[in-house]
Amino acid sequence: LATCTWKALPQRVKIVEVGPRDGLQNEKTLVPTEVKIHLIDMLSEAGLPVIEATSFVSPEWVPQMADQVEVMKGINRRPGVSYPVLTPNLKGFQAAVKAGAAEVAIFGAASELFSKKNINCSVDESLQRFEEVTKAAKEAGVRVRGYVSCVLGCPYEGQVSPDKVAQVAKRLYSMGCYEISLGDTIGVGTPGGMAELLEAVSREVPVDALAVHCHDTYGQALANILIALQMGISVVDSSVAGLGGCPYAQGASGNVATEDVVYMLHGLGIQTGVDLPKLMDAGAFICRSLNRKTSSKVAQATCKL
Amino acid sequence: MGNFPTTVKHCLSYEELIQDYPWLARWLQEEKLALTHEYPEYVKIVEVGPRDGLQNEKEMVPTGVKIQLIDMLSETGLPVIEATSFVSSKWVPQMADHTEVLQAIHRSSHVRYPVLTPNMHGFQDAVAAGATEVAVFGSASETFSRKNINCSIDESILRFEEVICTAKQRQIPVRGYVSCALGCPYEGPIESTKVAEVVKRLYELGCYEVSLGDTIGVGTPGSMAKMLHSVKKEVPSSALAVHCHDTYGQALANILTALQMGICTVDSSVAGLGGCPYAQGASGNVSTEDVLYMLHGMGIKTGVDLSKVIEAGDFICKALNRKTNSKVAQARGDNSMHCRMKKINT
Repeated sequence: LATCTWKALPQRVKIVEVGPRDGLQNEKTLVPTEVKIHLIDMLSEAGLPVIEATSFVSPEWVPQMADQVEVMKGINRRPGVSYPVLTPNLKGFQAAVKAGAAEVAIFGAASELFSKKNINCSVDESLQRFEEVTKAAKEAGVRVRGYVSCVLGCPYEGQVSPDKVAQVAKRLYSMGCYEISLGDTIGVGTPGGMAELLEAVSREVPVDALAVHCHDTYGQALANILIALQMGISVVDSSVAGLGGCPYAQGASGNVATEDVVYMLHGLGIQTGVDLPKLMDAGAFICRSLNRKTSSKVAQATCKL
Repeated sequence: MGNFPTTVKHCLSYEELIQDYPWLARWLQEEKLALTHEYPEYVKIVEVGPRDGLQNEKEMVPTGVKIQLIDMLSETGLPVIEATSFVSSKWVPQMADHTEVLQAIHRSSHVRYPVLTPNMHGFQDAVAAGATEVAVFGSASETFSRKNINCSIDESILRFEEVICTAKQRQIPVRGYVSCALGCPYEGPIESTKVAEVVKRLYELGCYEVSLGDTIGVGTPGSMAKMLHSVKKEVPSSALAVHCHDTYGQALANILTALQMGICTVDSSVAGLGGCPYAQGASGNVSTEDVLYMLHGMGIKTGVDLSKVIEAGDFICKALNRKTNSKVAQARGDNSMHCRMKKINT
């Protein structure tokens, strides 16, 4: 791929903070409920507009998210901030609404093998399951965000066709998802692949309804996000302190760090509404609780002078 | 604010940037640039691990290890490997074995081995030891110049002029470096016109190439674009290189920006060797492996075998008893599923 069309960068980018859910879900240490609540409250204070709070999956599968109801009820909901929660099926959706959720998220995959290995059914079957959720959500007046995983590569299938991603994204969008987040689940994507992917997907789903969820497993996340911005994307998922390693690579990183994304966006003159020092405080807090080092380079850089 | 550096706070002040460069807002947000960027077909990687990398590692590395590292790197396809530095061993003990290293490495005919020469004394020693290419280091910041090499920018350039003239007579190419191109640990933001001025001087004196260093890694794609915009007015892109530090995680995004602006030479360090001397515990040089991964993924040729670079990185990290800074190397580690996955980008 030899060319790239440079469009004007967005004036504003919405950051979707996935640390408390995607981040913590992929951390080995079990985090006490109060710590999760405090983290979310600190993130709310940092100005993040969307904070993925928890996941209504069975605690058997994801013990880290077993305290889902307590967390939803315990957080201090800041006006103007959205707190979406994951709901893999109708049962999870109903439990989420009962616990006070006003926005939910559903997770599709662009790879058949990944879908089978991850949620034990084909992509089509999963989409049918989600249709139940989106119907119920419409009736309940609850917004639904769709995720597509493995958009730039699959740990089992290898290459993933951008057209396949576009098809899945289109179905989620037609079902009623207001936004589709495209996930580079194993972080293998590079700017060329990202540009190709977005060209294919934006033919089926308006670019305003797209988000990128880049993993930094190969250090490519910020470069991929930059290309996405150049192609008109203005919603970026990230995780405070880069919480959440890659389950397919022991010791490797996963989610891109919110601090590093915000640093780049602010350096580009793009508004996010996020207070970077407060965000870094939240990152420092959760790393202390997890007894781990931050994965954010911005957080690691402490000027001696 | 905790320990957030004041220089960085200043660098992040978009309002101040706009005051000084009103065209920037237009350029970034208002103008719909329908430019079609062509990425270079080939990017030359300048491997600085054995010099810039090791120089900034605390552990003293035995001469034999340095030689083996360079020999391994010579087998990877890297076209340029910065081998050592002819500075006084009093200042940089890590480079005290410069003559031994230069004389003992196996010099591949496909590879160039520049060495740093801060002054005539160093240059003469380098030539006596068999150097066929040298490098000189200027700064775009007066304070940094004074603190680092104890003289003003002007004085340093006079010093380099001597080296460059002599090198020219002996047909030894000289590469120039300009540090603090995107920010200074002492002065904060640096005017891009000042950077352009220093670059131009080095180029006109006879440097065949000038590498623009983001010494403390504070740059972002916006400041990189602005700096290159100024510098390209004075020096052709073909004579420019970028030397990005990854201290704030911005290196690959900055390199991508540079490629979009026609730069096709990139400095990097195997395993991301070389921390930042101005930020305790922070990273410094960008990892060669991560740069290669991005370039190859974009279909850009480099002639370099990524898996061999990873091997060289593993070797030096074991010798230094430290973890690699390369995310690609971490992902492809022994225990990972990634190394068994079907390769999507190599």
